[in-house]
Formats: sequence, C-alpha cells, structure tokens
Amino acid sequence: MVEVNPNLQLRAEVKNLSFSYSTEKKVLNSVSMPIYDTKVTALIGPSGCGKTTLLRCFNRMHDLYKVKEYQGEITLYPEQMNILSKDIDPIEVRMRIGMVFQKPNPFPKTIFENVVYGLRVRGVKKTSFIQERCEKALQQAGLWDEVKDRLNSSAQMLSGGQQQRLCIARALATEPEVLLLDEPTSALDPISTAHVEELIIELKKDVTIVIVTHNLHQAARVSDYTAFMYLGDLIEYGPTTKIFTNPADKRTESYITGRFG
Amino acid sequence: MANTAKKTSKLSTFTSANHPVRRMRRFREMMIELVLFLAAASSVLVTVGIVWILVSESLPFFQTVSLVEFLTETQWTPLFAEPKYGILPLVCGTLLTTFVALLVAIPLGTISATFLSEYTNSTVREIVKPVLELLAAVPTVVYGYFALIFVTPLLQKIIPDLSGFNVLSAGLVIGIMIIPYISSLAEDAMRSVPGYLREGSFAMGASRFQTSFRVVIPAAFSGITSAYILGISRAIGETMVVAIAAGMQPNFTLNPLQPAETITAYIVQVSMGDLPHGSIGYQSIYVAGLTLLVMTLMFNVIGYYLKKKYRESY
Repeated sequence: MVEVNPNLQLRAEVKNLSFSYSTEKKVLNSVSMPIYDTKVTALIGPSGCGKTTLLRCFNRMHDLYKVKEYQGEITLYPEQMNILSKDIDPIEVRMRIGMVFQKPNPFPKTIFENVVYGLRVRGVKKTSFIQERCEKALQQAGLWDEVKDRLNSSAQMLSGGQQQRLCIARALATEPEVLLLDEPTSALDPISTAHVEELIIELKKDVTIVIVTHNLHQAARVSDYTAFMYLGDLIEYGPTTKIFTNPADKRTESYITGRFG
Repeated sequence: MANTAKKTSKLSTFTSANHPVRRMRRFREMMIELVLFLAAASSVLVTVGIVWILVSESLPFFQTVSLVEFLTETQWTPLFAEPKYGILPLVCGTLLTTFVALLVAIPLGTISATFLSEYTNSTVREIVKPVLELLAAVPTVVYGYFALIFVTPLLQKIIPDLSGFNVLSAGLVIGIMIIPYISSLAEDAMRSVPGYLREGSFAMGASRFQTSFRVVIPAAFSGITSAYILGISRAIGETMVVAIAAGMQPNFTLNPLQPAETITAYIVQVSMGDLPHGSIGYQSIYVAGLTLLVMTLMFNVIGYYLKKKYRESY
C-alpha cells in the first residue's frame, strides 16, 4: 500500500483502480497512488503493463470506445471529485486535464488555430484574449520564437519535434490542472527529445504532470515520483531517486537495471 | 534426382542475348506489355473518339449558326419553322436543376456521412448503409414518375401556383437520388481520417459534434470534395427524371417553379424523333452534347483544383 506524504499537496489520488477492456482480462489491478501537485510523476514498466491504460483513465479516454467499467476512483483535488464517476461528464474532465500523445497529432489547421483549438471548443470569443493565450502557450512550449512569424501557415509544415511542442502548447493554452504525457518523445530525435524534457522540467512549476515513458533515463531525469507497473499491478511507487537507487522490490530492481522489459 | 540437377543447372546458366530462350522470353514480355497497353489505351481512345465525333459533328452547325448567337440568344427552338439556336435556356435549365438537387443532396449527404462515420457503431452502420445505397439502385425512370406523380402534387399543396411540370420537384428528386453517392464517398473519406486526430480533439474537451465539424470534416475535405463533384456530375447528366417531370420546355428562367428543359432532356426529346442525318436539328444534338461535356469538364477541373488546394497530409 502506498503511503501518502502529508507534507505535499495532492492534486489527484488513484484509489483501488481496476480496469479491463474485455470481460476476462484485467489490465489494471487495484492500483492506488497519489499524484502530487506541481510534481512530475512517471509511470514506467514493460510493454503491456497497463501504464498507458492508467494514463488514459485520468481523462476518460476509454469512454470514447465501447465503454468498460471503471472500478475504483480517481479523486481530483481540491474539490475531491471522483472523475471516474458516471455522473461526471467526460468532457468536463478533459477540459481540466490536458493530454499529449505519443505521435504528434496536430490538426490540419494553421499553427494559430491548433493552439487555440481548446479555447474555440470552449466557446471563447474575445480575440485579444485568444491571441494572448496563444502567445503565452507557445512561449511556455518553447516554440514562440520559431513560429511567431508564421502563425498562419499550416501546422503540418513543422518538424516532428516542433509538432510535438505545438501539441504541448495546444494542451497548455487552456491552462489544464493536470497534463498527461503519453510517451511524448518516443517519435522524436534526441535533440527534440532533450528540448521536450527541458520543457517538462520548466512546466512543472505551474502544472502537475503525469508522464508515461519507456525511456528509463528520461524518467530519472524529469520525474519527481516514479511508479513501476508490471502486468497491471503497481509494484512500487516512491520518490524517483529512491526507485532508481534503492528499489524495495526485486522486480523493480530487475527492470531498472535492464534485466527484463 | 539427376533430372532435377540438370534442370537447375540449365536455369542457372547465363545465356547469350540471342539465345532462343531469351528471345522467347523477351517476346512474351513484349506481348504482355502490348496487351496491357491496349487495355489501358482503350478507355482513352473511346474518350478521344467521343470528343472527336462531338466536335466534328458540331462544326457544320457553327457554319450556319454563329457562336455569338449560340451563346447569347435566349431561345432554343431548332425544330420550329423559324428556328432559334440559343443554348442559354438549356444551360439555365441544367444548372437550375443541378442547383436544386445539390441544395438537397449536399447537406443531407454530408450529414448522413457524418452520422455514419462519427456517431454510429458498426452494427447500425451495417444496416443503415446498404439501405441508403439502395436509393442508388432504384431505376431513374421510377424516380421520374415519383417526381411527377407524387412530389409535384405534394408541393402543389404548399405552392398552389406550381406548374404540373417544374424544375423544383425534378431537382428535389434528383437530390434524393444522389444522396447515396455523396454520403457513401464522404463517409469513406471521413472514416479514413486517422483516429489519433479524433483523440487529440476529444482530449481537448471537444464534443463529438465539434470533433466532427472542426477536425474530421476539414481533414477529409479533399475526399468530400470528390464526393460533391461526383454528385454534381450525376445531377448534370441526369436525364430521365428531368425528361419526365420538368416539362421539356426550354424556358430561359431561373424560377424553379416553372417548367424547363435540360440539355440531356433535349437530347432525349430530339433523338426520339426521326431527324434526317446531316440536318441542323440532327447537328444540334451533338452541339448540346458537346456543351454538356464542357460543363462537366469544367466542374471536374474546379474539383481537381479544390482537391489539390485542400489536400491535407496527416
């Protein structure tokens, strides 16, 4: 059982979360862990361990497909609302929790329209506000200087790394409380990856980040807390330094030293 | 065993360029290439042939009637004692019917495509889609009588001074007829928009409606344009419905409540009579056909440029 550190502010808490796509096999098996405010939490583990599935529970992405039952809770602080509850509209959840995907997925629109998409969807009309937010988000994503002269050209013209930072800017423009990153650098070259990692460290001042990554070095570099998952179970959760230097569980140790996974 | 070894050695031997085996092989390749070329060329040749006949049969017409008269005269009465040869009434009738048809087919086709692609699960889609496509299987002559006997009287209850033959009901029915063409192609285009774009939109807090209209449709625009162009071509070329329900009277009007005649309907009307070969009435069929070809070609060119301009890579 994971102890919650009382000295830190909670942003979300996963409580006994189980989830399955089909009836037989459980993909998540009673996972419990805290997500601390303005910290980076990394989810690591071998392929098929359920880390992406867990991440996609946070913004109810599973609701888009033939709905499966969520069992357990994800409590969002400060108001302590269970975002998995049937009474909660997934759209409201997604308005507060942003997500960046593995593959950069800019919309076939201009750079500007990509960044302000969330605002348009929310019905924001005020042009000055929209422009202000666009600039701020692009600056936060470290992309402003590269694209400020061509905001009206197509987002497809950007390189892969720029597209991914554009997707981060798009998620940031609506000032989400939690930002979910699903292997955000797996499709990028090393330089773009370094860019995005610097960005994550910069961003955690303002926003809580949950990142799924296959790259253990990345988890060690950017995260404050790490959760190691294996076959749907949360094996170990703790401060990143502890997980990487002094893991309590044998399986965690084997995984981070590269003996399997 | 010995046999196999012999064969293998024969296959692996390099032969000179003039060796009979290689000559035979070259000949066979050439024959295959020729057959493939002829198959591909046949459709091109037929098209060229059609254009050639249309143009060559139209040329004598323009020796009698000047191009200026043809394009500016507002009456089309080639079979009257005092013939007038202005294509405008026919072009007008064609464009007007097409316009009415598209007013029905584009919104309904796009909406049903959106519904099928974005809102339903596969079970519903598997039932609805074939039913919708059945609309395309109904013979056009049935649609013609449907327009004349059912739609027109219905419309006359709402618009009392609607004439018995009119563009409106013909256009509406053509519109219904081409819905499946538009919806089917548009749906294919929308379904081929990759799922990660949809997920990206949903993750931003967009509703299904916003995702469909702000992301999926713009991303599929190029394919949707092709669907519209096909619909336009079908509407322009449609003959039976207009021949039956629109009245075959070449009126130079933009009022859809009036009877009118389209280019296709004129061709049907005149082809059924017994015109002497080489007479000007006979030639006018070819001229009408040529005009129709130019019109559809124009729409195809416009569609081609729209498609190219809005082609999205994702």
